[in-house]
Amino acid sequence: MTTEILLAGFGGQGVLFAGKILAYCGLMDSKELSWLPSYGPEMRGGTANCSVCISDQPIGSPLVLTPDILIAMNQPSFDKFVSEVRPGGKVFYDSTLIEAEQTRTDISYFPIESSKLADDNELKGGSNIILLGKVIKETSLFSLETMKKGIEKVVPASKAHLIGNNFKAIEIGMNN
Amino acid sequence: MERNLMKGNEALAEAAIRAGCKCFFGYPITPQTELAAYMAKRMHKAGGVFLQAESEIAAINMVLGAASTGVRAMTSSSSPGISLKSEGVSYIAGSDLPAVIINVQRGGPGLGGIQPSQADYWQATKALGHGDFQLIVYAPASVQEMVDFVVKAFDRADKYRMPAMILADGLLGQMMEPVSFPEINPDAYDKSSWAANGHKNKREHHIINSLYLKPDELQNSIVERYKKYEIIKETETDAELYLTEDCDVLVCAFGATARVAKSAVNDARAQGIKAGLFRPKTLWPFPVKELNEAAKNAKKLLSVEMSMGQMVDDIKLAINCSKPVEFFGRTGGVIPTPVEVLGEIKRIGGTL
Amino acid sequence: MAVVFERPHALIDVPTHYCPGCTHGIVHRILAEVIDEMGIEGDTIGVCPVGCSVMAYDYFNCDMIEAAHGRAPAVATGVKRTNPDKFVFTYQGDGDLAAIGTAETVHSATRGENIVVIFINNTIYGMTGGQMAPTTLPGQVTQTTPFGRSPELAGYPVKVCEMLSQLTGTAYAERVAVDSVPHIRDAKKAIRKAFENQKAGKGFSIVEVLSTCPTNWGLAPAEAIKRLQDEMIPYYPLGVYKDVEEGVFANTEGGEK
Repeated sequence: MTTEILLAGFGGQGVLFAGKILAYCGLMDSKELSWLPSYGPEMRGGTANCSVCISDQPIGSPLVLTPDILIAMNQPSFDKFVSEVRPGGKVFYDSTLIEAEQTRTDISYFPIESSKLADDNELKGGSNIILLGKVIKETSLFSLETMKKGIEKVVPASKAHLIGNNFKAIEIGMNN
Repeated sequence: MERNLMKGNEALAEAAIRAGCKCFFGYPITPQTELAAYMAKRMHKAGGVFLQAESEIAAINMVLGAASTGVRAMTSSSSPGISLKSEGVSYIAGSDLPAVIINVQRGGPGLGGIQPSQADYWQATKALGHGDFQLIVYAPASVQEMVDFVVKAFDRADKYRMPAMILADGLLGQMMEPVSFPEINPDAYDKSSWAANGHKNKREHHIINSLYLKPDELQNSIVERYKKYEIIKETETDAELYLTEDCDVLVCAFGATARVAKSAVNDARAQGIKAGLFRPKTLWPFPVKELNEAAKNAKKLLSVEMSMGQMVDDIKLAINCSKPVEFFGRTGGVIPTPVEVLGEIKRIGGTL
Repeated sequence: MAVVFERPHALIDVPTHYCPGCTHGIVHRILAEVIDEMGIEGDTIGVCPVGCSVMAYDYFNCDMIEAAHGRAPAVATGVKRTNPDKFVFTYQGDGDLAAIGTAETVHSATRGENIVVIFINNTIYGMTGGQMAPTTLPGQVTQTTPFGRSPELAGYPVKVCEMLSQLTGTAYAERVAVDSVPHIRDAKKAIRKAFENQKAGKGFSIVEVLSTCPTNWGLAPAEAIKRLQDEMIPYYPLGVYKDVEEGVFANTEGGEK
């Protein structure tokens, strides 16, 4: 069983960072996993996306083309990738920034006002982590405990004081 | 063993340091820059030398200088930068010096693109510079293999006194996977019989040289080197054979593309199609014996590459053109998908 | 009988391939004398790139590396960075150092690589048979400037010591000549100083040696010496262009004068 996750948004929204947390969660749970970023000029402010595969088997192609889970952080990413989601798949998106028509009936939509929630709770730049909170609530991908371990792994030692904020963002995502 | 999560480019660098690489000379180019950045951060702590050179040409010649003194040295680049290094690689080969060169390939020709490619297969295996010479070329397909092959490349470079290359691509360089670092004891090859590190008035002077103005002398030096290549062809080939015992269609792919191909082979098997995978881990020497073993029951072969089919000739030669060899490829930075490869397997399988 | 004059140990007792009247022999000898006098032959690694002196590995008794055209400073960088306790010199011609190897020259200087560069300026490509070099004088006839070097077409010569003396990492730049006994003595002093600089860790030291190429100039050796004196020295004035007296390393802050 392989779960293919695609995270997409603007550069700077923390798409790669959120993907890294998922990858580390896989590592914590002793899963096979891969993390593959888009790279190039788009890293510097354009659109960025990131493929994460979590599996019990060795990962084949690390490039996610038909995600089981799509995490969309801006309108162009939502519009571009929603049609690629595998039937039965789940779409998580920031409904503060994305106006979505939920036209597909074979997938589930999980909107959350992650940008607004981040601002309201003074968690600047925490929209990506709030979305991850929503993901662990609505899927059986990882436990909260694993997620917290993953965050502790990814947040650099120099920014360790931000770990609490990330935990808070996860909880907000789980409760909204 | 502890699993770490690392980008391919960083794992290459860490593995090199653990393998006893004492100096890295590089020049920035996408998509391998993280390797140089990692070296810049780590190398001085490891007691080695990191230097950003003024050009790829300078970098490879710094490697030549360091290697001349018997020190384990490495450089890395991506396709256009490797072209610039080709002069130095030829000199390194002609001077019988060990060195490790990493190519995290991107699309070409010219400035090409920056997305993953395998279009430097010919360059790496046939003609990385002027003259009669070869490099040992390793093609990792995972971050773990990037580690393992770097360790091996340093060892074999020293063992045979010749350059070895890791032929990776942008996908492998950029991706993160769990990776473990084995205990590495860099085999201490005795270089005292040739290294130019000062004779201390205790021996004759050593000369590191690739110049032979007398044709017969140059010929002799090359013939000697080719005897070594014959041993390497006998002993150093490596390949993965996956579900090949009963396969009708044998998919041949290396590096990142082999992962895609493996997914497609699994999908084909799930649909009752007898597909198998042959994945060369060494591109030079090409695993001829291994391919013949893998292909013994196959009716057709399919080479899948991120190029216009640069490996096809080697496959045909290896099996002496005894079976049809078809090709499916993407190039310019486009990555083939498992669905596409499955489609090709079916197309070929359907016309058996 | 007392020996009053002998071949330096650092110079191997073999006939060289250099043409009659060529001044490479003089420069080889004084370089070898310096190595002998400093007692550093066993700790010295020489790098000779493509050019007439590419086969100098057969003439010097220290360890030697042959390098690609223009790349000697990069090779020397690799040697010195991994063997900082050794003496490393390059021996380069004008085409090598100031044309194809300009980038390697300039950047090894600006990094303050602690090496000695012996730069043979004879205003012509010798080994390939007399083509225009970056230091070929305006009006000078060569195989590729049959009507004389035209600055409109080929630009003016590169004045290497003047150029490199502008870089902070250059500890020492001196231009010498080997046309007369006093000048040869000065040249040897300059080479000694460059090696002493390396010993003191001062940084990049270059000694530019104005030399002759009788064969490709089409002149008898004595006439060639006269040309060096009459045409080259006025264009390439002898002297010290940069000399970092104080400070340990040219690239340390305040090291530049």
